[in-house]
Amino acid sequence: MNNSLVEYIMHLADNSLIHGHRLSEWCGHGPILEVDIALSNIALDNIGAARSLYEYAAEIEGNGKTEDSYPYFRDVRQFKNSLLVELPNGNFADTIAKCLLFDAYQFYFYTALKNSTDMRLAAIAEKSLKEVTYHLRFSSEWAVRLGDGTDESKQKMQHAIAEHWEYAGELFAPSNIELEMIEKGIAPNMEALKDVWQQKLAETIEQATLSFPLSNEKGWFQSGGKKGIHTEYLGFILADLQYMQKTYPNSEW
Amino acid sequence: MSNQEWPLWEIFIRSKAGLDHKHVGSIHAADSTMAIEMARDVYTRRMEGISIWAVESTNIHASNPDDAGIFYEPSNDKIYRHPTFYELPDEITHM
Repeated sequence: MNNSLVEYIMHLADNSLIHGHRLSEWCGHGPILEVDIALSNIALDNIGAARSLYEYAAEIEGNGKTEDSYPYFRDVRQFKNSLLVELPNGNFADTIAKCLLFDAYQFYFYTALKNSTDMRLAAIAEKSLKEVTYHLRFSSEWAVRLGDGTDESKQKMQHAIAEHWEYAGELFAPSNIELEMIEKGIAPNMEALKDVWQQKLAETIEQATLSFPLSNEKGWFQSGGKKGIHTEYLGFILADLQYMQKTYPNSEW
Repeated sequence: MSNQEWPLWEIFIRSKAGLDHKHVGSIHAADSTMAIEMARDVYTRRMEGISIWAVESTNIHASNPDDAGIFYEPSNDKIYRHPTFYELPDEITHM
């Protein structure tokens, strides 16, 4: 049971860490100063949420584990984040599309996780929800501004949503660990969240004067991240993220 | 891509309830919604405030520095405009 719980917490933490790390790559490269700062703020919110979760996992696991053990000393296959968050930032519209899909998921997820039977997760959800509500507002408004903007921004935003859409399905497809957690009332029922999520996206996409991506008949989506099978991008992210600890093991500053 | 610059906005932050909004700086934004959100991201990251005002800079009308002489100097020798100029008679209490 405790192993499954640690695995589950790790999946949540990895999602936040990798999403936050990707957004941190915008620092110094944002389209304008204000957006640069906004993206860095959102990156830090995500990394902060990941820290709380890793810390909790370390407490359960014991054996001298700390919050740093997980991000710095695991290899690609041990990361359980969804594929969506490890995708490259692309252009600004790509990042906004990725954020919109992920922020909306996190919004409904944390809203439901507040009712978790695990008090610690419920508390983390409560705190994170305030941050995520702002993230969702940020990404939704930019999606509308770009979609309902110039011909060029509209075309880029439409393309970005279509490109990322096939990676979103994985967020709502429960892994075996998630099924176990749902059974115990620790995790919310993911499939039930998908409808409200899709509804919210449909509204935003309509407001952005874009067309809703057509999912194919079988509703196929990219998956694997939750099982540790990743795109080629995650290895490069970890090379960056773990460089210091690998070059100078146990260094502190 | 349009080369048109977004308008400039002056940002005022209230640091806590009961205090005045104070000018903290300016930002570029396409409209007031964006201005307030960007001000939130730029100027309230370290718990600086609980309320934001954004005013488009073109709506601020300022006095002309060249007028400083005629505007402000005449009051320099009017110390009787300060309440402390007057001596209170001892009989007056509760002041």
